[in-house]
Amino acid sequence: MKFLSKAAATTALAATAFAVSSVANADAISDRQAKMKTVGKSIGIVGKMAKGQSDFDAAIALQAFVDMKNAAQGFEALFPDGSGEGKTEAAPAIFTDRAGFEAKQVDFVAALDKVTVAAPADLKALQASLRDVGANCGACHKAYRVKKN
Amino acid sequence: MRRLLITSLVVVLFGAGVFWWLTEPKTAGNEVISWLDKEGDVSKGKTVFWAGGCASCHASKDAEGDDKLLLGGNHQLVTPVGTFNVPNISPHPDYGIGSWTVEEFGNAMLFGTSPNGKHYYPAFPYTSYSGMDFEDIKHLWVFLKTLPSVETRNPPHSLSFPFNISRGTGLWKLLYLNASSVLNIDDDPVLKRGQYLVEVLGHCGECHTPRGMGGYGGLDKSNWLAGGPAPEGDGKIPNITPHESGIGSWSEDDIVYYLESGFTPDFDSVGGSMVSVQQNMAKLPKSDLEAIAQYLKAVPPVASN
Repeated sequence: MKFLSKAAATTALAATAFAVSSVANADAISDRQAKMKTVGKSIGIVGKMAKGQSDFDAAIALQAFVDMKNAAQGFEALFPDGSGEGKTEAAPAIFTDRAGFEAKQVDFVAALDKVTVAAPADLKALQASLRDVGANCGACHKAYRVKKN
Repeated sequence: MRRLLITSLVVVLFGAGVFWWLTEPKTAGNEVISWLDKEGDVSKGKTVFWAGGCASCHASKDAEGDDKLLLGGNHQLVTPVGTFNVPNISPHPDYGIGSWTVEEFGNAMLFGTSPNGKHYYPAFPYTSYSGMDFEDIKHLWVFLKTLPSVETRNPPHSLSFPFNISRGTGLWKLLYLNASSVLNIDDDPVLKRGQYLVEVLGHCGECHTPRGMGGYGGLDKSNWLAGGPAPEGDGKIPNITPHESGIGSWSEDDIVYYLESGFTPDFDSVGGSMVSVQQNMAKLPKSDLEAIAQYLKAVPPVASN
């Protein structure tokens, strides 16, 4: 009986630990997706200007780059081991090649540092800034994102 | 009994002979070779090089910038049939194609036949390149000759049975290698150029079109560009027909902008193996990207599977 209750306690503990870690992973997934949504939205704002779908506005463009930079901070910390499962497009390579993944993040933030310090003053400068920043999207998504649909 | 044995032996030998004859690696006729003698143009060759996406496989996997011109191979394609170790096509005389003749190069591009008369596997998309203009082969050849020599010796492919039988590829080619175009286009020069870039040089169909025979066969042209499972790794290759489950909502400008910048109309970014394809495409003249966009709008819309 005592054995049984011990077993039950262990099982309960393990189940709790599992639940806690999967909750943590679910949180990490939704947090990083929220950050990525902000990045996507901000890219959309400057992208529409670059593409000629909306008028160039230096202040709005700068704000979009600042928002992107803020969202990018701490992004790489939101990939705890085991959070590559579930509703996520995180590629397995993130967890097997952390150094490579983090290097892409460093490049991205560096590009954003540059455009937020020297804010693009006209459409041409904005297009160039978007090219520099945007190259980092594909560079990271090449190996570290898997599209599932 | 003895008679039966002899008869079956004859049948088997005859069958083997037919197999051998049918799967013989093909090489170019005089018509092709006469073109290959013409003068090549390096700058035209450069366009063919980027449109053809050579660097996506023949440069190392994470090559950026000028490193994309180092065609030493050093890149593995991991597929369900095994691992392809991409060969060195730099001008290195021993490990690359430095000692090849232009005829040998033409045979590789058009027929998937190596200088020593072996079949190449269709991981090398000669199935698309077989429709190349002969002069483009010459342009590409002279351009490749200008690139740095790379001293990388790549290991042979490591494939599972029966895919490791070279003559099996000969059989596969008999069934699936033909240079005919997919879409019938009259004489609209822009659409024709788009067709050439998509169907031939860009070999877009090799990934964006599903294959028959459980994924091992040729392209299922009734589902041309309708997407399918990724030939390498996880994930799916998107439908790029003008269907609503494809890129029907994209304008021609959207397609051009995507190929230039890597951004979809929703400003999602290019990813996976398309990243290097997009980077190659961004190097083409805008008129070529517009031709691709027109062609993609002209293909029949097909629902994703």
